[in-house]
Amino acid sequence: MDDFFKIFSLSLLSQTIRISIPYILAALGATVSELGGVVNIGLEGLILIGAFFSVIGNYYTNNPWLGLLFGVFGGVVFAWLHAYVSIKFRANQIISGIALNIMAVGVTKFFLKFIFHSSSNSSRISGITPINTPLSKIPLIGDIVSSPLIIITIVLIFAVYYTVYKTSFGLRLRSVGENPEAADTLGINVYKIRYIGVLVSGALAALGGVWLAYDQHQFTDGMSGGRGYIALAAMIFGKWDPLLATVASLLFGFAEAIQIQLQTMGINIPVQFIQMIPYALTIIVLALSLSKSQSPSADGIPYEKE
Amino acid sequence: MKLPLWLKEFFIQVSITLLSILISFIVGAVFIVIAGANPIEVYLKLFEGIFLNPYGLAQMIFKATPLIIAGLSIALGFRAGLFNIGSEGQIIVGGFLCAYVGFTFTNLNSFVLIPLCLIAAFVGGAIWAGIPAILRVKTGAHEVITTIMMNFIAMALTNYFITYHFHLPETVHTQSISSSAFLGRLDHFITAFKGSPANMSFVIAILLCVICWWVISKTPYGYETRAVGFNPNAAKTAGININRNLFTTFLISGGLSGLASINFIMGYKHYFEEGFSQGVGFMAIAVALVGQNNPFGIIFSALLFGALSHGTLVINALVPKDIIQILEALVIFFVISSNIFAKKYLSRIRD
Repeated sequence: MDDFFKIFSLSLLSQTIRISIPYILAALGATVSELGGVVNIGLEGLILIGAFFSVIGNYYTNNPWLGLLFGVFGGVVFAWLHAYVSIKFRANQIISGIALNIMAVGVTKFFLKFIFHSSSNSSRISGITPINTPLSKIPLIGDIVSSPLIIITIVLIFAVYYTVYKTSFGLRLRSVGENPEAADTLGINVYKIRYIGVLVSGALAALGGVWLAYDQHQFTDGMSGGRGYIALAAMIFGKWDPLLATVASLLFGFAEAIQIQLQTMGINIPVQFIQMIPYALTIIVLALSLSKSQSPSADGIPYEKE
Repeated sequence: MKLPLWLKEFFIQVSITLLSILISFIVGAVFIVIAGANPIEVYLKLFEGIFLNPYGLAQMIFKATPLIIAGLSIALGFRAGLFNIGSEGQIIVGGFLCAYVGFTFTNLNSFVLIPLCLIAAFVGGAIWAGIPAILRVKTGAHEVITTIMMNFIAMALTNYFITYHFHLPETVHTQSISSSAFLGRLDHFITAFKGSPANMSFVIAILLCVICWWVISKTPYGYETRAVGFNPNAAKTAGININRNLFTTFLISGGLSGLASINFIMGYKHYFEEGFSQGVGFMAIAVALVGQNNPFGIIFSALLFGALSHGTLVINALVPKDIIQILEALVIFFVISSNIFAKKYLSRIRD
């Protein structure tokens, strides 16, 4: 029984948040893109690109903030590729997303060798210095509330929520994802809104990658490690709602944190079953049709202006 | 001379695809220049290392084999309007079951064990496709999402079985399958292929192409499948049981993906190893796409991607080998973008 309570410590909370940050950011991105009607399964690649570009930016400028910006920029450029192909050429969005993931692996490995002469990792880089506030003194969660990237993430969660539900842009975004013909009739530029949705998803997913790279102080080959797909699961589990997607991301992060905690306590349950949780839950939710009605009606369907 | 319409359409399709591939290589050249190498030299080396040398050809065949089979799996799904991106997971489960049968029933002879292993691979893939198939038919859950999720569950599940139950000490793979289940290597017959693990799976892959072509174009089931993929509502009106057709097609698609594992399990390493599928299930989507979902087109596009895949080793000395993955992604991007032009030209000549 003692063990049972020891699991639920503050370090579990801090670990949950650390693990969840990239899920949250990428899931927010996926939500924005899909609300606008463009499926983005290239999240995995965008996370990888964000991580890699931030390390390059940081490496050359020695400034973690410029590195962050460069990472986000990289995410936007690669997301643009997906947007261009799937909006302008009305290509299959799933296949374009898969191509984006392959591209991201190729590009990062290619330049990793070219710039850092390594096939596994970059040189070490500095992270972003924590902000020192009185809150930082709190044991265990102090470093969470003083981490700028975590604060940025929290702000972004609410910013995305506010934009989607409370602004006219949000209304337009949802309308082009729900019924692009009607939106077009009302004079909304469907292509432009969809572009913005995809580019924002690129920026957000890339920021998730920046977090990963800065957390480990380097880029390692394939460091996105399937997180883009977990984020996709979180988006579906969260019924295409930014706040619920955040909750789903935290839930998935929590499951992982518990598993790590159990392992450090010497209780060895097969990690593989914990790994399955996000995917199995998503399938169950879909099977119960809980999310069916929530998916935007025109999600994944290219729009052709008459 | 007046060409028949279908031939004209064929030429337009093929030339647009070839043009897209050409453009991909031109864009890829930019990356090569950035890395400080000479693109012409790299591409010549690539050509030479694959096509002007029997070992390269054999390697191309070896790498193309699972792509052909998995490409068929994806294409069959596409024909019915199903998007099976769970091929990777189906390959893994099919491969696992195939290896399990191979190392369990060691007292059987080849005539029994080889078919048994093939059936196991097919059944494994079909079971793994079965879950999304049931969900699609019963609840309408979209197969794109469920199959992605099934991929990860397959990886975790087989990882569990290997780690806790089936690994040989000090390794991450199972014991070897019985030698009665080995598929012979092609270099037994063609000595120039010496050293390449290209094996009889390639012959099976070609046979599967012929069978798929026949089933799709000559049988009532194939006709139904095409009707369902072309226009589900019209198919329904015509009295076709759409759900039954989707379910069957999904299972066969999964089974074919499962069979894509035999190249590795029965023809190459003879054991199940984590990560043996190496993303074949995803690359197969590109293969089906470039091959225009046609069984014979798939052979050519699988050979192209197989050649590129072997090319990594050929050019590694000149430029980081990951240029190949960039090229593969570019090919996909340009081919899917070109479809819009293909459609435009095709509708023009039809009028």
